[in-house]
Amino acid sequence: MLRYILQRLLLIPVLLFIFSILVFALVQAPPGDFLTSYIASLASSGSSLDQELIDMLKAQYGLDKPVHIQYLRWMGNLLSGNLGLSLEYQRPNAELIAERLGLTVLLALLSFVFTWVIAVPIGIYSATHRNSLLDYIVTVVNYIGVATPNFMLALVLMWWAFSYFGLSVTGLFSREFEQAPWSLAKVADLLKHIWLPMIIIGVAGTARLTRIMRANLLDELNKPYMVAGRARGLSEWQLVMKYPVRLAINPLASTIGWYLPELFSGSLIVATVMNLQNIGPLLLRALISQDMYLAGSILLIYCFLAILGTLISDILIAWLDPRIRMEKVGA
Amino acid sequence: MNTGNPTPATPSTPLSEPAALDDALLITSQEEERVSVASNWTLVWWRFRKNKLAVFSAVLLIFLFTIVLAPDFFSTMDPETTDAKLAFIPIQRIHWFDEGKLRPWVPAVIGKRDPVTLRMVWTTDDTQKVYLRFFSAGYTYQLFGRFEANLHLVTALNPEDANRIHLLGTDRLGRDQWSRLAYATRISMTIGMISVILSVVLGLLLGGVSGYLGGLTDMFIQRLIELLQSLPTIPIWLALTAALPRTWSPERVFFAISIILALRGWTTLGREVRGRFLSLREEDFVLAAELAGASRWRIILHHMIPTFTSHIIATSTLAIPVMIVTETSLSFLGLGLRPPAISWGVMLQEAQNIQTLALAPWLMIPGLAVIIAVLAFNLVGDGLRDAADPYSH
Repeated sequence: MLRYILQRLLLIPVLLFIFSILVFALVQAPPGDFLTSYIASLASSGSSLDQELIDMLKAQYGLDKPVHIQYLRWMGNLLSGNLGLSLEYQRPNAELIAERLGLTVLLALLSFVFTWVIAVPIGIYSATHRNSLLDYIVTVVNYIGVATPNFMLALVLMWWAFSYFGLSVTGLFSREFEQAPWSLAKVADLLKHIWLPMIIIGVAGTARLTRIMRANLLDELNKPYMVAGRARGLSEWQLVMKYPVRLAINPLASTIGWYLPELFSGSLIVATVMNLQNIGPLLLRALISQDMYLAGSILLIYCFLAILGTLISDILIAWLDPRIRMEKVGA
Repeated sequence: MNTGNPTPATPSTPLSEPAALDDALLITSQEEERVSVASNWTLVWWRFRKNKLAVFSAVLLIFLFTIVLAPDFFSTMDPETTDAKLAFIPIQRIHWFDEGKLRPWVPAVIGKRDPVTLRMVWTTDDTQKVYLRFFSAGYTYQLFGRFEANLHLVTALNPEDANRIHLLGTDRLGRDQWSRLAYATRISMTIGMISVILSVVLGLLLGGVSGYLGGLTDMFIQRLIELLQSLPTIPIWLALTAALPRTWSPERVFFAISIILALRGWTTLGREVRGRFLSLREEDFVLAAELAGASRWRIILHHMIPTFTSHIIATSTLAIPVMIVTETSLSFLGLGLRPPAISWGVMLQEAQNIQTLALAPWLMIPGLAVIIAVLAFNLVGDGLRDAADPYSH
């Protein structure tokens, strides 16, 4: 087990290296560079950038040098923990990202917990009460849940809350807490706001997981061991919870591998619509304004989170199922 | 799957009447004969047909594809016509009966200036009726870009009322939503189809090569698939579309986005195809074909691929809605298709502002179109997958 985890951990830097080249190529691709476009936009609004600052930035990123040198410089800076300076915000990228990264991860994890807490019991109910009215309702809701893009759901809920209750459900904080330092009151305020985005981001996953859970459990419910259990006088509740449910949850664990990364990056569009203070909207603005080193750093963080999600799931599966563990170590 | 309950074959008639039994036997054997000579596709169709929801969805998709072929026929006016004076006209509901007779009409709209905001506020007025006519002449358009036509699904009975019908209201610029929706359907559905077709071609080619050749090629392609699959999709797509030059024409952006969507789309199918090839390679019929002197390409195209075509079709049907939702999301964020192209996502850009949305909730209707299309594709795809699986019954 330890060897397996170690193997996987060693793979992370390799993957990150490949991704960093890709990411750099992507943020480098738009014509022109961020400095010229920034100077141009400043000039059009009548102000200008200090020539000294321009020269300093040019030197720092080697904008006058060929692309591969620029990449090496960027990598060197990254490795020494320097993510560069955001031109748009006039602040270090590391600072900008740090204050939003925690919220990104928190939101994704909350949605993940929400998904499982809702999907597993409903899946069990649906399978054990097959073809009941509630089962049909669950099936229909699931189909619609999978088909609805999450930003659409966010739009509808925001519209509904605004036009019928006059409520604005955007953002993760009330206005007075937005810039405030962290305190208990701020955490309470966050909890008051975060549940709605949590549900919106989790809905599609919940629908899919419920379907998988229901199908897995249905496969198990007809097995002879169920008859044997009933013959021995186990109560239906005990019987279902103790054997088939445990078997049915196992394949569900393998969905974490694609679901967790999807949650990290999937919240991006909802976050933009609902103006949530996570790294999603930051990336979008950076991409549009060609703030390339900010965009590059955020993209790399998304890559890292995706790798991490897959890793967690692989370890979890290996831990749950010894057969997979042996196979993977052997391979 | 009910594996535990083997159901015994039930005799369809009571045993007391021998003549009837003979008849029944004859019918069953005819039935069996019919099944045993039916081609694979016939069997798939028979199973698919039983799934009423899937059949209904398939009909819905056929309807959507007719819109794709001739959006002008369905629209009531040119989707680009703007008239700022006619902004935010609400939905005019179709009333089918007028004084007890079948005579469809929509209520006219009356504009009043809001004394505070000085904005025009439109309301429908049921006393003023604009009568409708179905399948009649309206504005002229080019059918399939080639034939001149002026037939429309619905037009005003009185030609002077041509600009007074907005079945789904108008947007910020006074553009007719109903007509725009018809055009958006064309673009959004096409982009989904094209990127899935590209994914299938790539997936078949690379997956096939990977599974058939094996060795170093296989290793390389498998690592590539793993790499692509571990990328965070939405951020990377955003960065890719943001890198498209702003100066490109809408058509170029359209194809570029199809390609971008297909770049990752092929990996799932590529994996599956490889798996099939790996197992099929050892089959006797492939060896037989090899011994008979068939070329490698002939074996792949005529012997191996036909064994899993139905599976590919089911998988790709299920992939289309993913592409559609992605395109909608990208365009909604302003990084996908851009005006003057009209897609569901481009239309939804108008619905980003919550204040606007409170005034004109009908701007969200394109989202409903997305949900319906995705639902239909998913149901048809599920139906096809179950029908194509020989072990499902």
